[in-house]
Amino acid sequence: MKGAGRMWTRRRRLVIALQVTVLVVWLGGWELAARTRVIDPFFFSQPSAVWSQIVTWATQGTSQGSLSEQIMVTLEEAAIGFVIGVVAGVVAGIALGRIRILADVFAPYIKVANSIPRIVLGSLFIVAFGLGLTSKVLLVIVLVFFGVFFNAFQGTREVDRNLMANAKLLGASRWKVTTEVVMPSAFTWILASLHVSFGFAIIGAIVGEFLGSDRGLGNLIRSAQGNFNQSGVLACMVLTAVIALLAEFLITRLERRLLRWRPPQHGDADLAVL
Amino acid sequence: MAAIELRNVTKKFATADGGTFTALKDISLTVADGQFCAVVGPTGCGKSTTLTLISGLESPSAGEVFVDGKPVAGIDTGTGFVFQQDAVFPWKSVLDNVSAGPLFRGVDKSAARAQARDWIRRVGLSGFEDRYPHQLSGGMRKRVALAQTLINRPRVLLMDEPFGALDVQTRSIMSTELLNLWDQTRPAVVFVTHDLEEAIALADNVIVLTAGPGTVKAEFQIDLPRPRVVQEIRFDPRFVATYERIWEALRDEVKEAYARTTTSVAPDGARDVA
Repeated sequence: MKGAGRMWTRRRRLVIALQVTVLVVWLGGWELAARTRVIDPFFFSQPSAVWSQIVTWATQGTSQGSLSEQIMVTLEEAAIGFVIGVVAGVVAGIALGRIRILADVFAPYIKVANSIPRIVLGSLFIVAFGLGLTSKVLLVIVLVFFGVFFNAFQGTREVDRNLMANAKLLGASRWKVTTEVVMPSAFTWILASLHVSFGFAIIGAIVGEFLGSDRGLGNLIRSAQGNFNQSGVLACMVLTAVIALLAEFLITRLERRLLRWRPPQHGDADLAVL
Repeated sequence: MAAIELRNVTKKFATADGGTFTALKDISLTVADGQFCAVVGPTGCGKSTTLTLISGLESPSAGEVFVDGKPVAGIDTGTGFVFQQDAVFPWKSVLDNVSAGPLFRGVDKSAARAQARDWIRRVGLSGFEDRYPHQLSGGMRKRVALAQTLINRPRVLLMDEPFGALDVQTRSIMSTELLNLWDQTRPAVVFVTHDLEEAIALADNVIVLTAGPGTVKAEFQIDLPRPRVVQEIRFDPRFVATYERIWEALRDEVKEAYARTTTSVAPDGARDVA
């Protein structure tokens, strides 16, 4: 056991060392290539320039106000849209999963709605609801809804038949079967969809701002693009990635908390790394 | 009045290729109030189907099913069902699992919990109230399932090979405990099993079904005195005599069922043997 433990830490150290190596080679190679003009930093920037762009924005503010304000605006749009989209997706998914007639009626419409490029609706929302918060939140909802909906629907359909029969025999009403058996069971599926959905929420907010706004990270990207400031574009990408990673961390924590009843899964160790 | 009665019941299922499969054919049987009845038969003879018909989970294609003199129409909450596989709710603690029945039936929370604690004690799980099912052994999960069903004080108790997944020792211990628990509330029991020893050790009468489509081949009274200790009863000369008598009837059916499965998988099976 002890030997196995030592082997494990040695392996872990090796993995971390290799991960650092990959990072150094990648960023270092990029920086070096830019400095030696193998690639043109005007088009492809370089890590040091991206970093100094973030520092400049953080200390001196951006052309449209402080950096933290831009981040908060984008985060607010993404978070509000995410919550509404998730709740709507869960409710609709479970309702259609439980009520056969609803599923039969709406199935073709949902298939159509899912196959159209919904991001295009962003343009429509900007014109209809203006440059403010509403248009971005709507775009986020539209993007988040379907992923959550399909998982909730599938999760509802995959509930163990024995558990449902058992609940009915113990005296559960149809509503109780839904809340006490279907929902906890489908939650495993729903929580899995949240990881991807938050990514969609951020994309929705940024694209919405890109299409028309006066604030936010998306607007910052647009003005950087307008000024041929490639470092600015990449700096926004880095900031977005940091937000997404933080959200991912919080969702994983929530998932662990809500799925305490589950036996430890083999896949959990891999997920923790991600 | 008979607690359970099947009158000339036939049950057919639609198969995937569009045909019909007859699970039960013209079966009639009665179980008296407070009687422990075991149903044995070879694999695939429709043993489990009889239980789903009595419980109201399925309805017969022809014939009638009565519980307490009333025709079965849908799930009746006076019927308890212990499933072959685990059907306890994995996301509920032991206490919440056992109190689920009373809560579904509108008992208030504190009363339901008090009842649940009492039943957890009766099945010997005191101290495990807060555990989740995955933290328990297979035998302990079966105890939870028994407490969960018996707390509703069913007048009819249906058991579908409940101890099939347990090891031999745990199985005979659980059987003895089942008899003690049964003695406390004395429901009419239909206990389905393919294990003739288990059937004789537990039951007042044993019904032998024919190889599918199932119908009653013979019925035997078991005159062993109660209370019985399942671990030891098989050494009783009367047990051995009864076993021989019933096996005589069961043997041909088992042979018949086995012959069918082996001929139908012969092309594949032949390769395995070689």
